[in-house]
Amino acid sequence: MAVREITYLEAVREAMSQEMRQNDDVFILGEDIGVYGGAFGVTRGMIEEFGPERVRNTPISEAAIAGAAVGSALTGMRPILELQFSDFITIAMDQMVNQAAKTRYMFGGKGKVPMVLRTPAGSGTGAAAQHSQSLEAWMAHIPGLKVVQPSTAYDVKGLLKAAIDDDNPVIFYEHKLLYKTSSHVPEEAYSIELGKADIKREGTDVTIVATAIMVHKALEAASELEKEGISAEVIDPRTIVPLDKETIINSVKKTGRLIVVHEAVQRGGIGGEIVSVIAESEAFDYLDSPIKRLGGKEVPIPYNPKLEKAAIPQVPDIIEAVKETVKYK
Amino acid sequence: MQKLELPKMITEDKLKDLYKEMWMIRYFDEKVDQFFAKGMIHGTTHLCVGQEASAAGSIAVIGRKDKIVSTHRGHGHCISKEGDVNKMMAELFGRETGYCKGKGGSMHIADVEKGNLGANGIVGGGLPLAVGAALTSKMKKENYVVLCFFGDGASNEGSFHESVNLAAIWDLPVVFICENNQYGMSGPVKDMTRIENIADRAGAYGIPGKVVDGNDMIEIINTVNEAVENARDGAGPTLIEMKTYRWKGHSKSDAKKYRTREEEQEWRAKDGIKRFKETLINAEIFTEEEAKQLQDEAYQAIEEAVKFAENSPEPSMDSLLEDVYA
Ligand SMILES: Cc1ncc(C[n+]2csc(CCOP(=O)(O)OP(=O)(O)O)c2C)c(N)n1
Repeated sequence: MAVREITYLEAVREAMSQEMRQNDDVFILGEDIGVYGGAFGVTRGMIEEFGPERVRNTPISEAAIAGAAVGSALTGMRPILELQFSDFITIAMDQMVNQAAKTRYMFGGKGKVPMVLRTPAGSGTGAAAQHSQSLEAWMAHIPGLKVVQPSTAYDVKGLLKAAIDDDNPVIFYEHKLLYKTSSHVPEEAYSIELGKADIKREGTDVTIVATAIMVHKALEAASELEKEGISAEVIDPRTIVPLDKETIINSVKKTGRLIVVHEAVQRGGIGGEIVSVIAESEAFDYLDSPIKRLGGKEVPIPYNPKLEKAAIPQVPDIIEAVKETVKYK
Repeated sequence: MQKLELPKMITEDKLKDLYKEMWMIRYFDEKVDQFFAKGMIHGTTHLCVGQEASAAGSIAVIGRKDKIVSTHRGHGHCISKEGDVNKMMAELFGRETGYCKGKGGSMHIADVEKGNLGANGIVGGGLPLAVGAALTSKMKKENYVVLCFFGDGASNEGSFHESVNLAAIWDLPVVFICENNQYGMSGPVKDMTRIENIADRAGAYGIPGKVVDGNDMIEIINTVNEAVENARDGAGPTLIEMKTYRWKGHSKSDAKKYRTREEEQEWRAKDGIKRFKETLINAEIFTEEEAKQLQDEAYQAIEEAVKFAENSPEPSMDSLLEDVYA
């Protein structure tokens, strides 16, 4: 039987639709998610199936709709909020950081906030500095929020189901440039546990931990490196909160080398956290070379396509970093 | 002959300039639309075709030292605030000669020296900036006025309410101009607010609110002029709502399923440029032939902007790290 392939974008829609058919408490809200189908077309057709009560078009009011999601979650619904671009989370920041993340703890464990904030992140579309950011490290810093960054259609479907089923606020980052990529995705609903990394490629010489679109760049780099006899293992944490430390530690113990690659600005990024995990673990003793971080340059994302590309790590940068790392014997 | 009641600084020559300016705005955005369709421009853009009057008419009554705060749909505002169409087009092409050295693109074009404090990619992001600029005017006694443009959609953001309130309690010289083009992306204004007019919200902040026909240049000029005079005299802000329509989709990928072709046709018939031309002909400011000539000049200016942009260099790779800090 032929395996079914669907796109990353369709996987988001399918996961939401399946959950909404299963559970009346699940509903979606956001700007232009109705007839328009959302800024990227993710919710296209959903209002026809579920109606305007459960596919709720909102005014342009990020703070209010995020807060409304928190309030409805606290009182028994399971809202999925779509923000048109992840950059606009800054407007919803009070509700996500001061309200959603802390409510349960502040209330002494009474009440819960089962909501998902889905939003497209990343650069590469020429949308420039206010529509191209990767702010996940910011969110990861906040206790009480979970942060997911899927890289494939298969992962999207399973992780989104897990996020919707989770009783905590989850930020679900979708990468704009991955929406059209496809992979094998089963038709039936399935769940991928939050906090389980995926070894996207096995290798023995170096571990590359990469997130979101960088997973694909790391895999491309690994194929190139293979031709030169260098075997790279590529690990996709899939969720950065919770972070699967064990898989990363075990891989570094095996390969003795680590490179972390993410699109977000390197300074203060999640790469520093992953490096610390190794520095604080027994894997430190296994290191044969200094660890390398590859992240976005310390600039806002520029508009010009060449500059835009140069602002974030590319395949040749990863290849070069690996080669420098494996020089140490 | 029909006599026009207009503020003093709006001379006959100024009226002709304004007519040409409206065509420049239209041709600029039509050109950009074509380039996008051909994949010649990167990113996205928001065109103000159909909304020329609110930009040109509002900015006509302010002077060089006065300031504007624009939006994501900002090409018209920029052109009206003496913007250089060469630099604008070059920016859209991502060239070094562009307003933002190719780093900002359509949504971030600014011309701080000429008092254009920038387009903005964040809906509602500009309103607090306008309040701050007006605060400077007051604190430094510079006596300039700030025109703050925003859309009907933006008026539902918290930043709108917080900004208008602040400007009101501090009597700041800012004129809030809501370009109500009937939609925030796909959201019809009538579904997104329960009031008839956005301008009605002025009452909640204790300032005057005015509704004008956003395709009527004469009404726009007079209404904005009065608000600007009041602001300059220390009477504080006014909220003006201009009812208009964007002819094109929200941005480059928009199937416009949220509205009908009939509605589009209805609004096209109210074209602000056509109406302004009729007004000027009836008032014997220019003839049909002169009008045509002004229109042709506008067309030429945009053709030249395209040549300028095409012949401009790309930014150097070294420039990537420049300008992050002052
Ligand atoms: C804070 C924020 N939310 C959402 C968007 C996406 N967006 C860009 S323009 C727009 C519609 C704005 O509507 P309105 O203010 O009426 O201006 P118009 O586009 O009609 O000129 C939306 C939703 C954004 N850029 N910023």
